[in-house]
Amino acid sequence: MLVEKQGGALKLAAINRAGLSLGFKTGMTLAAARSAVPHLLVDEFDPDADERFLRRCSAACEIFTPLVALDRPDGVLLDVTGCAHLFGGEREFCDRVRRRFAARGLSLRFALAGTPDAARAIARFGATAIVPPGADEAAARGLPIAALGLPPETTLALARAGMRSLDDLAKLPTKPLSARFGGTLVTRLHRILGWEDIRITPLRAPPDCLAERHFAEPLSTLPSLFAVLERLAGEVTLLLERQGCGGRLYEASFFRADGAVRRLRIETAQAGRDAKSLLRLITLKIETLADPLDPGFGFDAVRLAVLRSEPLAEREQALEPDTAEKSDEDEVGALIDRLVARFGRERVLRFVALDTHDPARAAATLPVMSRKRFSPPSALEQGGPPPRPLTLFDPPQPIEALAEVPDGPPLKFRWRRVLHEIAQAEGPERIAPEWWRDGGHAPETRDYYRIEDGHGYRFWVFREGFYEDGARRPRWFVHGLFA
Amino acid sequence: MALFAQAACHELYTAREADAPSATAMALGCALQSLQGRPLLWVRHDLVDLATGFAYAPGLGELGLDLAQLTLLRARDARSVLQAGLEGARCAALGAVVVELWGETRLLDLTASRRLALAAKASKTPLFLVRVAAAPQPSAAETRWQVRAAPSRALAANAPGPSIFDLTLLRHRNGQEGLRCHMEWDADARTFTARPIAGGSPIVEPAREQASPALSRRVVPFSLDRQGPNPAGALVTQAG
Repeated sequence: MLVEKQGGALKLAAINRAGLSLGFKTGMTLAAARSAVPHLLVDEFDPDADERFLRRCSAACEIFTPLVALDRPDGVLLDVTGCAHLFGGEREFCDRVRRRFAARGLSLRFALAGTPDAARAIARFGATAIVPPGADEAAARGLPIAALGLPPETTLALARAGMRSLDDLAKLPTKPLSARFGGTLVTRLHRILGWEDIRITPLRAPPDCLAERHFAEPLSTLPSLFAVLERLAGEVTLLLERQGCGGRLYEASFFRADGAVRRLRIETAQAGRDAKSLLRLITLKIETLADPLDPGFGFDAVRLAVLRSEPLAEREQALEPDTAEKSDEDEVGALIDRLVARFGRERVLRFVALDTHDPARAAATLPVMSRKRFSPPSALEQGGPPPRPLTLFDPPQPIEALAEVPDGPPLKFRWRRVLHEIAQAEGPERIAPEWWRDGGHAPETRDYYRIEDGHGYRFWVFREGFYEDGARRPRWFVHGLFA
Repeated sequence: MALFAQAACHELYTAREADAPSATAMALGCALQSLQGRPLLWVRHDLVDLATGFAYAPGLGELGLDLAQLTLLRARDARSVLQAGLEGARCAALGAVVVELWGETRLLDLTASRRLALAAKASKTPLFLVRVAAAPQPSAAETRWQVRAAPSRALAANAPGPSIFDLTLLRHRNGQEGLRCHMEWDADARTFTARPIAGGSPIVEPAREQASPALSRRVVPFSLDRQGPNPAGALVTQAG
């Protein structure tokens, strides 16, 4: 049993079967419960842990359908339209759902009905049932008023008005009902009775297309897994070809027998539908996982889904694929796909330019795969030595510098314990901060100098603040290095 | 023969850690010579970022790189650096690969180095391997250089001039060693030009350059295997 602190007293928040049989109710104080059962074992209520558990359950449910929504705090809604027959009919389907959760020590109340709201209401307030097609309304009419999930005052008011079941409400005319109790009641009533059908909003967007395999016996060796993946990759590329699309983002889901789900994402630089290269990327990803794919007691099912696809023109099949010359662009794209699969999305970068005069913000890197479009940095006017460094420190590194004149470049400075005596210098280049960004706490104006020491090492240093200010001594920083 | 023959693996060691930006620029500059509009893969070890700061696009652009053709891979450790470098060297569609590795590692043994050299040779994609804070060691690379920064020629008002790199040839597969020269980067022409070493004689006389036009293509114009008096011979004493 779980307790929660409410208004200075510990109250029961969730009660197990044994507790229910003793007549405990949620909201009862722990002291009252302990007076009945002195050795009551309780634990603290942790809604976040419940949420995480529910999400794990919903992930485990994805083995049955990709369309899964949460029904907080303790329910999961599945859209199984067109799925049940894959498992041998609705009865077998429900048995499988029950077995899967029973294996994890959970007992279920569930219902299968024509609309999500009807199924939800029947599962929570009626009997566990598979409602045959067209019988939703009959099944739902017998449900108590509480099934509407309205605030307690409304439920009480309805009970005082003599309403016991949804049947009583359904017989009443709609207009006075919504005038008296609000439109929500009527909408919910209609949805539960199946007069109005609203699909669930799945937790994750449905994939563009997918292929999957369920195994009678859990699969526990990697070679057999790769064989399955090979076939799935073939099926997915065939589906893509039929749609005239090429995949950009794929997801392989591995459903473990104990309910854990492992998902791997594979992203490609260009839309494509080549089963062989897709399989290679998946293999690469699996081999380089920091936290390897653990089959445990084996995988129940494997699914390969295309989460994002783009139209792709048909290409003529080369008669002899080996001699077909791949274009350079394809080859570089494939290289980048491999690098991304192996080293991760945020490691393979391209440069973009932002329209700003702040040197630290002027250049940014984005993952190659990012769909944000920025113009690449424009080439600056040529001529003369580069006024911008090759590398930039973030944040700038403080140095101890000594300047000859207050507004001049440093004469010598110490950085990383090495003293640099300046031989050549250029500056200052005054760069004011973008004061509109940081509100009242804009950084100070910076005077940048390009300096070179006696050995030919070049630095981009700046002074923050002015000597005339008096109150504070200006500070010096190394911001970048020139070649 | 060109200084950095295409289709091979070249190593650039920094004399000191502080020379890392010079070695980076040298490698990028050399890579630039062989791009011909093709993409450049730049593999950078995270430790190099720590030592010398993050790659900065405006500075790279001024070096003459087309940033739209540049892909940067930030590699977590030496193993990733070498794997990525090898993947890149195998890709014939790339113009060049620049790999930067910080420190010494047992992963880069003769076998690994030979693998890189063979991949670069097979794909005809030159590979420039920058070794920061590492002592030169035997490898299968075509050439091995030591790079250090050199004082530039001051512009008006004592402003720092174009970058000058002090190069020492540590090893060449043809056998020449000990050659030393100063190279100045010309950002407009996107090439290196030889500069006389301060207080010494110039390495490449203009007359010789003209005498062998094949040597002064877009690549650095100077020769190693020319007949006659060996210019390197005089330079060894210079270098010492």
